[in-house]
Amino acid sequence: MAVKLPIYMDYHATTPTDPRVVEAMLPYFTQHFGNAASRNHPFGWEAEEAVDKARKQVADLIGANAKEIVFTSGATESDNLAIKGVAEMYREKGNHIITCVTEHKAVIDTCKRLEKDGYRVTYLPVQKDGRISLDGLRAAITDKTILISIMTANNEIGVIQPIAEIGAIAKEKGILFHTDAVQAVGKVPFNVNDLKVDMASISAHKMYGPKGVGALYVRRRNPRVLLAPQIDGGGHERGMRSGTLNVAGIVGFGKAAELCRLEMAADTARLSALRDRLNARLHKGLDEIYINGSVEHRLPHNLNISFAYVEGESLLMGINDVAVSSGSACTSASLEPSYVLKALGAGDDLAHSSIRFGLGRWSTEEEVDYVADKLTTVVTRLREMSPLYELAKEGVDLSTMQWQTEGQH
Amino acid sequence: MAYSNKVIDHYENPRNVGSMPKEDPNVGTGLVGAPECGDVMKLQVKVNPSTGVIDDAKFKTFGCGSAIASSSLATEWLKGKTVDEALAIKNTDIVTELSLPPVKIHCSVLAEDAIKAAIADYKKKQGTSAGKSADTHAQPTA
Repeated sequence: MAVKLPIYMDYHATTPTDPRVVEAMLPYFTQHFGNAASRNHPFGWEAEEAVDKARKQVADLIGANAKEIVFTSGATESDNLAIKGVAEMYREKGNHIITCVTEHKAVIDTCKRLEKDGYRVTYLPVQKDGRISLDGLRAAITDKTILISIMTANNEIGVIQPIAEIGAIAKEKGILFHTDAVQAVGKVPFNVNDLKVDMASISAHKMYGPKGVGALYVRRRNPRVLLAPQIDGGGHERGMRSGTLNVAGIVGFGKAAELCRLEMAADTARLSALRDRLNARLHKGLDEIYINGSVEHRLPHNLNISFAYVEGESLLMGINDVAVSSGSACTSASLEPSYVLKALGAGDDLAHSSIRFGLGRWSTEEEVDYVADKLTTVVTRLREMSPLYELAKEGVDLSTMQWQTEGQH
Repeated sequence: MAYSNKVIDHYENPRNVGSMPKEDPNVGTGLVGAPECGDVMKLQVKVNPSTGVIDDAKFKTFGCGSAIASSSLATEWLKGKTVDEALAIKNTDIVTELSLPPVKIHCSVLAEDAIKAAIADYKKKQGTSAGKSADTHAQPTA
């Protein structure tokens, strides 16, 4: 069967909304359009009932109580609310936050903002496999530490951090623990109690729900987490996040969460097999390709590979009927290569040469084979015109060469 | 990101990809850029010592599509030019020809640098091996 082009293999960026989710949402635009905060008529009641159901569906996916779910506009807001909310609320207790260099910008830039306001932030480095060192975490903790924020799974390399171990350390030291769980929830088992997580950011559109809706899990017991609201208004969401609820979006989020809970095991088995097939086929066709980050502690649907001697943007240009993303500087708005890959210490040249593959619910074997074969052809062609490949084949050690860069001549 | 048709054409059908022997006294080699920056260009010119005209030019580039196109275009322009004419090629000429957007101007700068480096290498060789270069005609390897 001919494969349908273009192929979407960028499921870490976003996912299509599952048609079953769309179907669940539709009545809430025109028929049940009420404001969930309208307490005195059936329009409001219907909306509130729908939100309550969705709240339970989301809570069930992560082993939480429905009352612990705060709906937001998305995970960026959830990260902001968790970190700024704790910082403000617990200022008396301390002013130190621990996070990690490979976090999403929603966490890093929030922490940077707090630094300007007088907080102290430790950005833990990662090891070669992309995971933090637990000893490093222990060593960073002071009596002023009020929050640890470490993501569950990385959005570029799919590496899963030792969340349960971090949770245990945080609990032992009496420090709140927030995790940006956007890439993990709905894809791999995630239970807030098993992992001893106090706050978790989730996004609907990364798990086949609609864009513009997310949640922050906020623990109510052991300990009861208090957050200073970052958006003031009508006191919605137990006062933690004001604003009329996005009922249709929340209904979709709930449905998406339910589907993930029911189908996770099957999806995971299928996607990890597809991912391994992609990896094997690429390795069969090409030498000198390197997986970035831990293979063992990794999301089942993620593959991030550096194709040595080939620049990422030129690679993407050669596979322009495939949607993937690259750590190359040329593909980023900042014109800097991926800070996540740089943090692994593999060298900037490998960051420039990286491609992130994100598989998902509608990825097929045919697509995987097409992408692997096309990449093999394009990488081979680009290496033939790569001076770095030529030098390496001549036996030159590229790392010891003196490069003539702009400004030096 | 949208590429101009000319960039796409050079990317898909690069002109003059290859290498000439570095040790040939009539071949000048320029290697500019750095892997950490995401761009490395190798550009070579082969000069006819009796006429001073560039008979052949080759390139290999590690870089984005615009970098590949800039160096491919440079080799096209170099052929048939004298060394002095070649030195007059400006990065802005490349920008105009390929309709490069502002974020890709550095690709054209690198191509101009590569031309200058290749010619400087040729001139250096001529200075040190003057007189015995005329009968050396190594064959291109690619």
